[in-house]
Amino acid sequence: MRADLEIIQQWIKPGARVLDLGCGDGELLAHLAGAKQVEGYGLEIDPDNITACIETGVNVIEQDIDDGLTSIRDHSFDTVVMTQALQTMHRPDQIVDEMLRIGRESIVTFPNFAHWRARFYLAFRGRMPVSKFLPYTWYNTPNIHFCTFDDFERLCVERNIEILERTVVDHTLRDRWWIRLWPNMLGEIAIYRITRQLR
Amino acid sequence: MPSVIPADSVGLVTPQTLHFDIPLALSCGRVLESYDLVIETYGTLNADASNAVLICHALSGHHHAAGFHSMEDKKPGWWDSAIGPGKVIDTNRFFVVALNNLGGCHGSTGPVSINPASGEPFGPEFPIVTVADWVNSQARLADRLGIRQWAAVVGGSLGGMQALQWSIAYPERLRHCVVIAAAPKLSAQNIAFNEVARQAISKDPNFHHGRYYAEQVVPKTGLALARMVGHITYLSDDGMREKFGREMRSGKLSFDFNPQFEVESYLQYQGERFSTAFDANSYLLMTKALDYFDPAAEHGDDLSAALSHARCRFLLVAFTTDWRFSPERSREIVDALVAAGKPVAYAEIESAHGHDAFLIPSPRYMDIFGAYMNRILATLPSNEGRA
Repeated sequence: MRADLEIIQQWIKPGARVLDLGCGDGELLAHLAGAKQVEGYGLEIDPDNITACIETGVNVIEQDIDDGLTSIRDHSFDTVVMTQALQTMHRPDQIVDEMLRIGRESIVTFPNFAHWRARFYLAFRGRMPVSKFLPYTWYNTPNIHFCTFDDFERLCVERNIEILERTVVDHTLRDRWWIRLWPNMLGEIAIYRITRQLR
Repeated sequence: MPSVIPADSVGLVTPQTLHFDIPLALSCGRVLESYDLVIETYGTLNADASNAVLICHALSGHHHAAGFHSMEDKKPGWWDSAIGPGKVIDTNRFFVVALNNLGGCHGSTGPVSINPASGEPFGPEFPIVTVADWVNSQARLADRLGIRQWAAVVGGSLGGMQALQWSIAYPERLRHCVVIAAAPKLSAQNIAFNEVARQAISKDPNFHHGRYYAEQVVPKTGLALARMVGHITYLSDDGMREKFGREMRSGKLSFDFNPQFEVESYLQYQGERFSTAFDANSYLLMTKALDYFDPAAEHGDDLSAALSHARCRFLLVAFTTDWRFSPERSREIVDALVAAGKPVAYAEIESAHGHDAFLIPSPRYMDIFGAYMNRILATLPSNEGRA
């Protein structure tokens, strides 16, 4: 299993109701259904991924997350997951709000634009960073709203969102001890477990 | 006419008529004392009767879903594109059952049948049948065929509504429910179109309050008009533009009221052809069954509550340019299923063919449908335990 999904699945309780926004080929949901009796649904727009989900019996619903999630009832899921898609949303802040309206908890992962390699690229080459992990150029990238870990955490403070857990990993999606020394510089992808703060 | 039967066809098929003697209580309060159902089957029922698929037909459909009745047939059954050896509903693996519903005009008991009470055709005396009544009759058909549980009940449009009704009325008797281009109930606009169709038929001077059989006439004009208005709702604006545009038969305006645009002669042809092949009273009944379908009504208009006892898995498919039963209508069903915690997959297929798209084997539609049917085969009870 993809290393970030391995971390995420540990954060999901057995028997939970899970919604995976941008579920890809359904790898996480298929695993959770088998290993944790999770009742899961995935939203996806890629035709091949949708077919792959159907082949493996994953509950996939063809829906563009950017069109809104208003058809899904409040608090109807235990956990709402979104991996590597936040930066592709038209309004990431609204999506995070929606995730916390639908679910008691959310798990989001996104790439860190303040990672040293991105900083180096921009500082010394004067161009938008392109890497093996983020291989797009500025004009064709689906990643339209990059942020840094610090940016995201500021948004959480502003919106009364509590960060329950955070794991920062490298580009191989593995947790390394040295990343913890300076996550916003050394971490490439963050995995957050968040909930709406009670006021 | 097939000079050679294609390899992926079920080939030559023969309908069977099954007679049922146990009275069937209908939603309207009346009882059908006995009735016939005409069916066709394709493929072979396996030893544990776990590979049976029921095909439910739409407004003008019938039992002849696949294959040919004779080498003289111009066209195969109405869903031949999906049913056959190696096709998405693979008759090498599934045992497929298609029927003509009660009230129809293709051999099952309906308005043209003789009413045993009077010795004359039922005509307008035939009771108004509902989707729930049809599903009850289909359950008796399953009993007769020795099918305790369908691998899947599959239908498009009004057929999809029957599949949905199966999941509600007989939750133990199907493992999968495939609902294509359907809706959880008709909108005011849908009912309005049906009413125009009904008015066209009932205002035809040859209708004789539905007793036209005795007069040896048929309300052809009304039925043709009903079909024409229906046909417009099956196509999309884009699809009609693509197919007909403003093409004229003679190439220039003729300044009279004869059909000049291709779309006019196409609709007239469709109406004319249908009016000689379908019974007007049956058409009235079918449109009423559509209008009345609303499984949420008994549950305080909560579709999710209506579906709460369903035990099967669901596949919903909708088509982008379908405005008769738009993707939003399928989404109502999907959202209700998600809220009820039922397993469901949903795909929205890009198509220019409007509502008719459910009968057209476009690549992505067939991919999704095929992937789902394969999954059903892979999880047949008789396959469980196999590596």
